[in-house]
Amino acid sequence: MSPRAPWLAGLAGLAVLAALPWLSPSSYFLHIVILILIWGFIYTAWSLMGKFGLVSLGHGAFLGTGAYTAGMLWNFVGLTPWLGIPIGVALAVLIAVVIGYPCFRLKVVGHYFALVTLALAEVARLSIVAARDITGGSLGMTPNGVPTPSWIAIQFADKRYFYFLALGLWLFGLWVWRRVDASMASAALEAISEDEGAAAAIGIHVTRQKLTVTIISAAMTALGGALYGQFVMYLNPDTLAGVGVSLQIVFAAIAGGMYSMLGPTVGAVLTIVLAEALRIWFGTTWIGAANTIYGILLVIFIIYMPRGIVGLIASRFPAQLLPARQRAL
Amino acid sequence: MDIYLVEALLNGLLLGGVLALLALGLNLIFGVIDVVWIAYAELVMCGMYVVYWLYGYYHWPLALAAVLAVLGVAFLGLLVHQLIIAPILGSPAINQLLATGGLLFFLQSFATLLFGTDFRNIGLRLPILEIADMSISFARLIAFGVAVLGAGALYVFLSKSFLGTAIRAIGQDREIVGLMGVDQRRIYLVTSAIGGALAGLAACLLVLQYDVHPFIGLSFGPITFMICVLGGLGNMIGGFAAAFIMSEIISIGGFYFSQEIGEVLAFVVFIALIFVRPQGIFGRS
Repeated sequence: MSPRAPWLAGLAGLAVLAALPWLSPSSYFLHIVILILIWGFIYTAWSLMGKFGLVSLGHGAFLGTGAYTAGMLWNFVGLTPWLGIPIGVALAVLIAVVIGYPCFRLKVVGHYFALVTLALAEVARLSIVAARDITGGSLGMTPNGVPTPSWIAIQFADKRYFYFLALGLWLFGLWVWRRVDASMASAALEAISEDEGAAAAIGIHVTRQKLTVTIISAAMTALGGALYGQFVMYLNPDTLAGVGVSLQIVFAAIAGGMYSMLGPTVGAVLTIVLAEALRIWFGTTWIGAANTIYGILLVIFIIYMPRGIVGLIASRFPAQLLPARQRAL
Repeated sequence: MDIYLVEALLNGLLLGGVLALLALGLNLIFGVIDVVWIAYAELVMCGMYVVYWLYGYYHWPLALAAVLAVLGVAFLGLLVHQLIIAPILGSPAINQLLATGGLLFFLQSFATLLFGTDFRNIGLRLPILEIADMSISFARLIAFGVAVLGAGALYVFLSKSFLGTAIRAIGQDREIVGLMGVDQRRIYLVTSAIGGALAGLAACLLVLQYDVHPFIGLSFGPITFMICVLGGLGNMIGGFAAAFIMSEIISIGGFYFSQEIGEVLAFVVFIALIFVRPQGIFGRS
């Protein structure tokens, strides 16, 4: 393969994705692709932290903050999601700083970091449930519908609008991933994940580097959560906050491969297609079948191939096809 | 003092007993093997189903069902170590945590597959005690008593028996213990089985108070981890004390606001305390 091959493959893939809605797929197919793009974006956001050893089990909190802020501002104040979503993202960033700064400053790492973020996810979920008068509690809430499709409300009957929004979001996510991967910060963060003390000793500002990548990751997750809420028009604390969804994010990203740009997206394809396929084959009598298989796969993945599917495939290719940083690993 | 507040305090104390038992098992495994079993509460769920099916459905004697639940979950603990932890003992700690996270998904979904999402009750109604206008659940009282007894038994085992001493020694220095002729592999297996047995015991106590369903682990799993960390991961006495602190926060918060706010408070206190004392309130620095 020539060194240009990945670029050409990427362009061809993009052309197919851009033309997809006109290849007359069923509405169901498009629905699945949109879900994959949105979750792929969210998983990519998580992997920005995960690949540097910042294993957050609390991304559900950012997801919920983004989705619920936008949804509630729309329902109660009538504020357009174009403003509501940025406010939700800003709130998520604020939460990320409030939790992240002391964590990084006081060197809360490893298990402890994972458990602090897990507590954060539960705080988000329980707060939403506790505020049931305005959030609908565990029953969830539905953003007020508009009679006609509207850009102001970001509500469309035609799924193609969402398709392009999701596609744009996903591409943006990949772009951010590349930017981070190619930056000096990436090298610094890698040094930190190897040995925090040594990294600090050679002049790396540990807290600032970690906080930057955490803010980026939290903001993207909130953005993804808000768009997901707009798309499915239903918000639920169990699917958008709490430990359950936080673990779902972690595992999809790991299964796909958190060290590669497309890994988290592959994780989204894998998990969503698996769930849908099992649902269609077995119907509702076999609820849980998808996640049972998924759970076994996860254990096997972490034991035998911690770099995920894409990581495993990439290791079979000659080194020059990989991004600079991965060659070293 | 408000009698209902006293009641809330007392119920918090009783809740603390079961939480302490849970934290104890998790702490033992962490202290000795240096692994966080994130699926620990799901093992408890399995034990609850054992009691439900044997006692609630097939009407075996309750005591027999309870013993089988404890033994069954102890065996499950052995399997968890042998199949999941042992192959990756040398990998980064976070990988082990995540691998047992896969187990969490598996157990939850497998239970859903087998039993559906119904809430199942073993159909045993224990009386509510009325003491000075306060109602105290008898089930909670039993749970508290058994939990304290269990903790005491574990303490005696760890401090008096040879095996217990070896377990404590390995928690302190895993390299030297090998040189002293202690078989690490065997100690790890025994510890995992004891950890499992404690989860099974907690299951027997919880099933008296709560309906069992596949996602029950999520409702007390996170709080158990917080308790272990607060007590200082691996520090069993600290974990015991932290269990009561957390359960009182939940009860008092629940009394003044709502159950969820009580739990939110507990988690917020946890996060704040981690920043003040990262090694836990009772942890060695």
